[in-house]
Amino acid sequence: MARITLSNLAHSYLARPRSEADYALKRLDHVWDDGMAYALLGPSGCGKSTLLNIISGLQVPSEGRVLFGDKDVTNAPTAERNIAQVFQFPVVYDTMTVRQNLAFPLENRGADPAYVKKRVQEIAQMIGMEVELDRKARGLTADAKQKISLGRGMVREDVSAILFDEPLTVIDPHMKWELRTQLKALHRQFGHTMIYVTHDQTEALTFADKVVVMYDGEVVQMGTPTELFERPAHTFVGYFIGSPGMNVLPAKVSGNRAYVDGTEIALDAGYGALDGKIEIGVRPEFARLVAGDVGLPVKLRRVEDVGRHRIVRTEFFGREINIIAPEGASISPDMNRVVFDASRINVYADDHRVEGQAA
Amino acid sequence: MSLVLEGVSKVVDGRTHIHPTTLTFEKGTMNVLLGPTLAGKTSLMRLMAGLDKPASGRVIWNGEDVTGRRVQDRNIAMVYQQFINYPTLSVYENIASPLRLMRKSRAEIDAAVQKTADLMRLTPMLDRKPLELSGGQQQRCALARALVKEAGLVLLDEPLANLDYKLREELRAEIPKIFEESGAIFVYATTEPEEALLLGGNTATMWEGRVTQFGLTPEVYRKPVDATTARVFSDPPINFLPISKTGDRLLFGEGQSAPASGPLAALPDGRYTAGFRPNHLHLDASPRRTIAFRTKLHVTEITGSETFLHLDHGDARWVGLVHGVHDLELERPLTVYLDPAHVYLFGPDGMLAAPAAYALAA
Amino acid sequence: MEKTVNQKAWFLVLPVLVLVAFSAVIPLMTVVNYSVQDTFGGNVFFWAGLEWFEEVLASQRIHAALGRQIMFSLIILAIQIPLGIYIALNMPKKGVWASVCLVLMALPLLIPWNVVGTIWQVFARVDIGLLGRTLSVLGVDYNYTQNAFDAWVTIIVMDVWHWTSLVALLAYAGLQSIPQAYYQAAKIDQASRWKVFRYIELPKMQGVLLIAILLRFMDSFMIYTEPFVLTGGGPGNATTFLSIDLVKLAIGQFDLGPAAAFSLIYFLVILLISWVFYTVMTNLDKKEGV
Repeated sequence: MARITLSNLAHSYLARPRSEADYALKRLDHVWDDGMAYALLGPSGCGKSTLLNIISGLQVPSEGRVLFGDKDVTNAPTAERNIAQVFQFPVVYDTMTVRQNLAFPLENRGADPAYVKKRVQEIAQMIGMEVELDRKARGLTADAKQKISLGRGMVREDVSAILFDEPLTVIDPHMKWELRTQLKALHRQFGHTMIYVTHDQTEALTFADKVVVMYDGEVVQMGTPTELFERPAHTFVGYFIGSPGMNVLPAKVSGNRAYVDGTEIALDAGYGALDGKIEIGVRPEFARLVAGDVGLPVKLRRVEDVGRHRIVRTEFFGREINIIAPEGASISPDMNRVVFDASRINVYADDHRVEGQAA
Repeated sequence: MSLVLEGVSKVVDGRTHIHPTTLTFEKGTMNVLLGPTLAGKTSLMRLMAGLDKPASGRVIWNGEDVTGRRVQDRNIAMVYQQFINYPTLSVYENIASPLRLMRKSRAEIDAAVQKTADLMRLTPMLDRKPLELSGGQQQRCALARALVKEAGLVLLDEPLANLDYKLREELRAEIPKIFEESGAIFVYATTEPEEALLLGGNTATMWEGRVTQFGLTPEVYRKPVDATTARVFSDPPINFLPISKTGDRLLFGEGQSAPASGPLAALPDGRYTAGFRPNHLHLDASPRRTIAFRTKLHVTEITGSETFLHLDHGDARWVGLVHGVHDLELERPLTVYLDPAHVYLFGPDGMLAAPAAYALAA
Repeated sequence: MEKTVNQKAWFLVLPVLVLVAFSAVIPLMTVVNYSVQDTFGGNVFFWAGLEWFEEVLASQRIHAALGRQIMFSLIILAIQIPLGIYIALNMPKKGVWASVCLVLMALPLLIPWNVVGTIWQVFARVDIGLLGRTLSVLGVDYNYTQNAFDAWVTIIVMDVWHWTSLVALLAYAGLQSIPQAYYQAAKIDQASRWKVFRYIELPKMQGVLLIAILLRFMDSFMIYTEPFVLTGGGPGNATTFLSIDLVKLAIGQFDLGPAAAFSLIYFLVILLISWVFYTVMTNLDKKEGV
């Protein structure tokens, strides 16, 4: 188990980076606490895989330091860092049986055969593969192989952190459920530090104690799933998390009122004078379609039924406003106004969230 | 314009990959093939395209038997999961390539390419090479190339599977728009029930080489003909519970029961399997939620606005989906409530004995 | 995957068929003809049935040549395959040096075979050859024209020099197809270099290696030009391999009958071994594609 510290870390693939844009990973200082489950969430190309590889030692950062506990491991090879990594594509040694696969890391360290046998049995039970222990790894399904990868990572008791690089990408949606719960249960049981890279917000939010959202090489926000959901610090976080993402509308804000294209909207908090590009953000979960005179006038475009709720897509003067309505809610043509839950409206200046004073 | 598959099957080395299947697709419809990997979606699409010859049966396009006709002679377009573009040609040339093969005039080609590029929002990238584009843009280029042909049949094999979560959402919202414009027959393969629901149209659920049900998407969702279809068309997975019917009551165990009213009353007594979706389990009771289950909470997953509950009920592992963020204590008993109107009844053979009452009302 | 039946393809193949018929099938038929007939010259032929085949199969001389040939092929494979793999493992994977290495590796393969023979013939000469002279100066008793063992060593070294690159290039191509993730996982598992080779690289190179072994076996089993140019089959018949013997029989002694019979047997042996390889390869493919 270890606390991982990233100090002044940055990485560029170019030998002589000249500007911010040349950096794949922009300067960051970050501490990963021992025993917590983290998710690195972001779109393709945001730098999350680079960051993961720097932590695991498969990539040496061009600037800054990486510390495991108090030890500087920046230039230490992967083997010395005592970490385990599960990759996007199941990596198993095809010619070996499941048992041999699981035993491999221990045997490479010259562990006592009796101990190896016992440990392999324990791990096989944990990942639910006791029955297949003596089968050749080659013919197994993708999710079984991923479980073996995971097992191989956990078989060493002294492993300090387990890193996951989009591990559920090739798994069927049906099996994803099982694997996700197993990962979570494993984390609760063993308490390893776990860092999980993904572009899927459901995976990130369900797995992690804390989610680190990245965009364009930078950490945009770090927080619990609830914080990210209710108080996204950046419009990108609002957009990226949630399906559909947060509705963002340009507005004028004064006191505890917001004005969107002339329509007045009540806010729960008061705001002073604000500079820059001012916008309000509301998640579709906190918007409602109503009839009457209050709220933003909208045109109804589509209603999508996703089974457990409905997504109502409306248009407000060329901008899209999405609403999530509960299953079975009635949507009638005379409903042409959208109202927001005042306590859930966030105000943004130049894409950054502004904290208001409670009214 | 219509595509009819009459008893087509595919057998490889003695193993049946596709059991004899009969389907009809009408002009201007979006048809989703929904099923897990290896269910046979790609094999079926290849039979439709003519890339493979069926072991039995016929493929009929617009009333004409085209079984065995070469792919090049058919009027189809196909988009794959891997963004497939000609790497040495520019985006413009990529989109133009099918038209050049059709020997259209330069003016026609230019007009068609500009229109399709505009629709797929690729106009600023027309003179770049595909490998210089992002994943989403490459897939849009592949889609554009498929659309520009104005083919009668457009086949999409999990086209969004290799894309970022958010990109997938965006492109998925665009596909219905393109589809409406073209009027062709679209066939879209996916493993995700949510995509099927979002795309609408018709859905064919597939399981181990068989089409278990084909119909309007909301119909297949609300009224599955058997337990397999219900299972395929559910994410999170649907929960099952063995129950029995005696007289005019359904017995759920633990002393819980509900009246067998309406169509349920006519069912013979005996054992059935009840199926109910995760979002119909609730943490709070209400007058309609008359069934209470005592479960043990194993794991919770919080997505920010919803909570997934992984529950142990006896030997079964259930999934519940409730609104809001609930940080509950784990490994403790938890009671969940169910409205019997949300229960599907399946017979011992897996076929639907009675649909859930709420589905009939909708 | 079944392709829809397309008859037009046959027309494309027709020119090749004609060419092959002209240059291979008809001459082959001529050989078959000769193998079942006997002549005393003057274009008069008598039916001899399987007589030649029997004679060839019983011939001591042929057996000896066969023995030498098999030993030669086995030694060649035993050296070239591991050496080729070793070179491939140590070639750079990308960058300028990768291209440089690839070109250097390809060079020996481009040299015409009789030139190869000539190069080594001169190179190994005790009086004027760089190698031969150096060795005799160093006091090593080396003469490939007079000593059978030295002749063998020279031929083997020449063949290794000539053909190892093929194995190396094929193995290199096989290695390139291994995704980085496997190496990364091995690093994390702290696998030793040998284990990485045994459990990751070797299994993934299987298909390619089989092709390499097949090609090298076939070529070495049919070898003619290089040893002929180098030693002419000598000293004595120490390096008379099967094809050299065959040529001696056919052209030297003008025993067309036995030579033809011998050719056919030779052909069938190679066909059989290739078929075995092919079956093993496709079975491996099937297992992979589960």
